Amino acid sequence: MADVAFPATDSAAARFGRRLRGVVDFIWRLCRQKPLGAVGAFICLVFLVAGIFADFLAPYGFNQIMPIDRLKPPSWQHPFGTDNLGRDIFSRILYGAQLSVIVGLSAAFLATLVSTVLGITSGYLGGRFDLLVQRFVDAWMSFPDLVILIVVAAVLGPGMTQLIVILGLLYGIAGSRIVRSAVLSVREQSYIHASQSIGATPPRIMLRHVLPNVMSPIIVLFTTRVGAVILAEAALAFLGLGVPPPAPTWGGMLTGSARTYMHMAPWMGLAPGICLTLVVFSINMFGDALRDLLDPRMRGQH
Amino acid sequence: MSGYVIRRLLALLPTLFIASVIVFVTIRMIPGDTIDLMMSQNDTSATRQSREQLESALGLDKPMHVQYVSWISAILLHGDMGQSLWTSASVGHELMLRLPVTFTMGVMALMVSLIIGIPIGVYAAIRQDTLGDYALRTFSVLLLAVPGFWIGTLVMVFPSIWWGWSPSIRFVPFSVDPGAYLLQLAIPAVILGGSLSAIVMRLTRALMLEVLRQDYIRTARAKGLPVRVVVIRHALRNALVPVVTLVGIQAPLLFGGAVILEQIFVIPGIGLLLLESVANRDYPMVTGVFLVVGVAVLFINFLVDLSYGFLDPKMRAR
Repeated sequence: MADVAFPATDSAAARFGRRLRGVVDFIWRLCRQKPLGAVGAFICLVFLVAGIFADFLAPYGFNQIMPIDRLKPPSWQHPFGTDNLGRDIFSRILYGAQLSVIVGLSAAFLATLVSTVLGITSGYLGGRFDLLVQRFVDAWMSFPDLVILIVVAAVLGPGMTQLIVILGLLYGIAGSRIVRSAVLSVREQSYIHASQSIGATPPRIMLRHVLPNVMSPIIVLFTTRVGAVILAEAALAFLGLGVPPPAPTWGGMLTGSARTYMHMAPWMGLAPGICLTLVVFSINMFGDALRDLLDPRMRGQH
Repeated sequence: MSGYVIRRLLALLPTLFIASVIVFVTIRMIPGDTIDLMMSQNDTSATRQSREQLESALGLDKPMHVQYVSWISAILLHGDMGQSLWTSASVGHELMLRLPVTFTMGVMALMVSLIIGIPIGVYAAIRQDTLGDYALRTFSVLLLAVPGFWIGTLVMVFPSIWWGWSPSIRFVPFSVDPGAYLLQLAIPAVILGGSLSAIVMRLTRALMLEVLRQDYIRTARAKGLPVRVVVIRHALRNALVPVVTLVGIQAPLLFGGAVILEQIFVIPGIGLLLLESVANRDYPMVTGVFLVVGVAVLFINFLVDLSYGFLDPKMRAR
């Protein structure tokens, strides 16, 4: 029907134009209504670019050892100083950003996927399935994030893939609550009843009608998850359970032998912590702004 | 009221059961070769006999559901959570030694967060949408972004550079010197409470805003009571109940943060026990800590639920 009624407006170019205008319009709204959120988004973008192009931007390799330059304070040659092995901390921060970007985005993506599938099926299907899933989520959420992470990381062993899977599952299961609660209100809308009455199958309804209407909380969930995942990854690396050295993780740069040398070279303890705080802070600011703009119902929740 | 308690308690049972299954299955995901690793780390020669002994000590030679039943019934019937592979100390005994330390630190952190968070939250609410409100809200997002392990590291390093002083890492038990015991927990408790205070502040602000819109607040103002009296006596009192109970739900955050801070400040609580036993691959101990933390959180949430039902007449009637 729709294809017949509006054949001209649905060309690919027109659709692209509309979407582009929507994005530009959204950025304009973000800048005007939520200036702090826009600043957050800008800092996130800087770190994203720094992470993606770390190989071109970093003046030195992340594990390039220069014994003559051990423990040098910040200078023009080494903006953030050097560490106890003479490695340039600025370069290590850039490669650390790369690692955080990879882990942050992929684990947050996995988490959002898990939350979406679990939340939509549990919320839409309801009944005994919902009850069972929710009791499982209850039990899962009774374990502190970090405790689950430590135990599972210890069981599965160190490595980037394990880390992404663990973080994705952990935050995915916990986040399914948020998607589910959004689904519960969508489920009672008349357009859902309408498609039920014309005999659409549950999978079709969930995919074509429920999913598009819970997209806002899902986008917000993804954004805030990136921050949580980066923080959790750093904490695990700090405890020696993350991506193993010499990988330049921000958490790892604050632990191990670095701690012994920090008394002589305090700058070793500053850059990773400041970057971590700044990134998580800007992601959260951006996430809060997104939530206020996209999903007025969730306003006031943290 | 007792009917309500019993209903809540019954509702807790399936969750407890699933939690115990999660603990059990997670630990059983150890790949087979970890036993070899464990034996080489525990410095026993990897003879076939000791391998079988180790497997039967872990109960790994029986089917999964049999293992679960014997594990859970030993805990429920005898309170027996097994023995450490490393020191052969009883897991339950070790947990009893460590839990009070973490608990004390958690309660101190909670008090710190309430002392910082509530006044700031009230201030932000009565100055809604002013510059001060924005600044404080931004500050709370910042507090949540600062990693505890970084602040902990800075506290260990910088005072020693500047003043030649650093927090002592020699633990004083409560029985030796209660004052020194509490003092050594104060720094990690303040760091832990700092990040929690951001959540307290947001909650207090949101709930205060809700209460301040109520009719009885307008009535109190209309009859000429000063703002200070209305805010403190009428609004804050009503907003505080949900704040205190909602903060109780943040127990997992406290446990998680405690793990890292106990490691930094070398405080022998349950978090350090977890890290030590993970490093030693002491799986009965890991299982014990994992289970006890989960059950503790569920139990705290249960108490929070009850207190909510107890304090809120609407909930009580249900």
